Amino acid sequence: MTMPSPPVPADRYTTTAIALHWLIALLIVGGFVVGLYMTGLKLSPDKLKLYSWHKWSGMTVLALAVLRLVWRGRHPPPPPLPGQPRWQLQAAHAAHLALYGLIVAVPMSGWLYSSASGYPVVYFGIKALQLPDLVDKNKELAALLKEVHEWLNWTMAALVTMHAAAAVKHQLIDRDGTLARMLPWRHRHRSA
Amino acid sequence: MKPIPAVLASVLLGASSGLLAAERAIDTSRSTLSAVFTQMGVPVEAPFKRFSGRVDHDPAKPADAKATLDIDTASFDIGDDDYNAEVRKPEWFDSAHYPKATFTATGLKPAADGSFEATGTLVLKGRKAELKAPVTVKAEAGGSRYSGVVTMSRKAFGIGDPAWDGTVEDPVKIKFQLFVPAAR
Ligand code: HEM
Repeated sequence: MTMPSPPVPADRYTTTAIALHWLIALLIVGGFVVGLYMTGLKLSPDKLKLYSWHKWSGMTVLALAVLRLVWRGRHPPPPPLPGQPRWQLQAAHAAHLALYGLIVAVPMSGWLYSSASGYPVVYFGIKALQLPDLVDKNKELAALLKEVHEWLNWTMAALVTMHAAAAVKHQLIDRDGTLARMLPWRHRHRSA
Repeated sequence: MKPIPAVLASVLLGASSGLLAAERAIDTSRSTLSAVFTQMGVPVEAPFKRFSGRVDHDPAKPADAKATLDIDTASFDIGDDDYNAEVRKPEWFDSAHYPKATFTATGLKPAADGSFEATGTLVLKGRKAELKAPVTVKAEAGGSRYSGVVTMSRKAFGIGDPAWDGTVEDPVKIKFQLFVPAAR
């Protein structure tokens, strides 16, 4: 007995869009977990190393996010699969817009926070890659930006969870091949 | 009539204060002293909140200039309680045993660009080493400002827990901006 696999649309995201999607997904999940873990550690060289890796991976997300937006501007995604209710299409569209905003806003808030705290960001610790401070050192502003960074992160975590849940629903309940359009590998049509 | 010793004392004091008119206290409210250390490639600047000192500098005789600077090591403020507690530990400043660092400079050597080089001795954590600091002197309303940046080795003074060696670099920059009011 074979399970009918979801039909595979000819229309997929471009390979570049797929690569950027999964790379960013990996980095934000990793950055989120490291971010939650590192703040609770007591001061040690390892804590500083984790903070650095957190910042470096976050700045990588920012660069990839910009690339992705530029790519998205020039390569419209395949149209949504037919047969979906209007509210669902609207919700998906709104969530995607918010996620695009957040993959820029979350690392930007981290960079701003680091600047306001008096710690310039030095990408991978390479001195030639010291990034400019976005704001001057300022204790009150730093405290506020820390809250902003955390708040944006929890918003993003909630949206990413919904986004992933929606993808699972498409795959397991609707069985409509939406997820396959973003997967790096191609599903083969199996004859029933 | 005043007793003779009192007259003598006032004459002597007057004379000596005239003689030492060039020695003036640094106005710390208009001065800053900070250290820039590098962790994970990131330069981090933090101030010493308490220091004091005197400068004796007759512009006509730079070679005779003298200065002393006393720095309260426990006043180093990285802006975070955990960091500040770490840097006061025995492995770092050991502020409990060595509350004070002292820099004594003797002689300003004029350099080509109108600045000077001050040669002095730094006593820090019970160790002593010579330090040469480039100094620029700028006249400002009410006095002069002595500023400069000098790089030193923290390890030469036994500062730092080896566990941090891969994280915090050895060279540390000291930045100073000292305002000395003009003699009245
Ligand atoms: C996709 C990118 C990023 C994600 C997902 C992320 C996620 C997080 C999370 C979850 C936390 C813990 C918040 C909490 O305690 O509730 C955190 C903290 C932090 N993040 Fe990020 N972050 C990102 C980018 C950045 C960047 C680019 C920087 C700096 C250049 C940065 C600097 C920090 C700092 C310094 C903290 C510590 C906050 C504290 O002092 O408690 N982050 N981040």
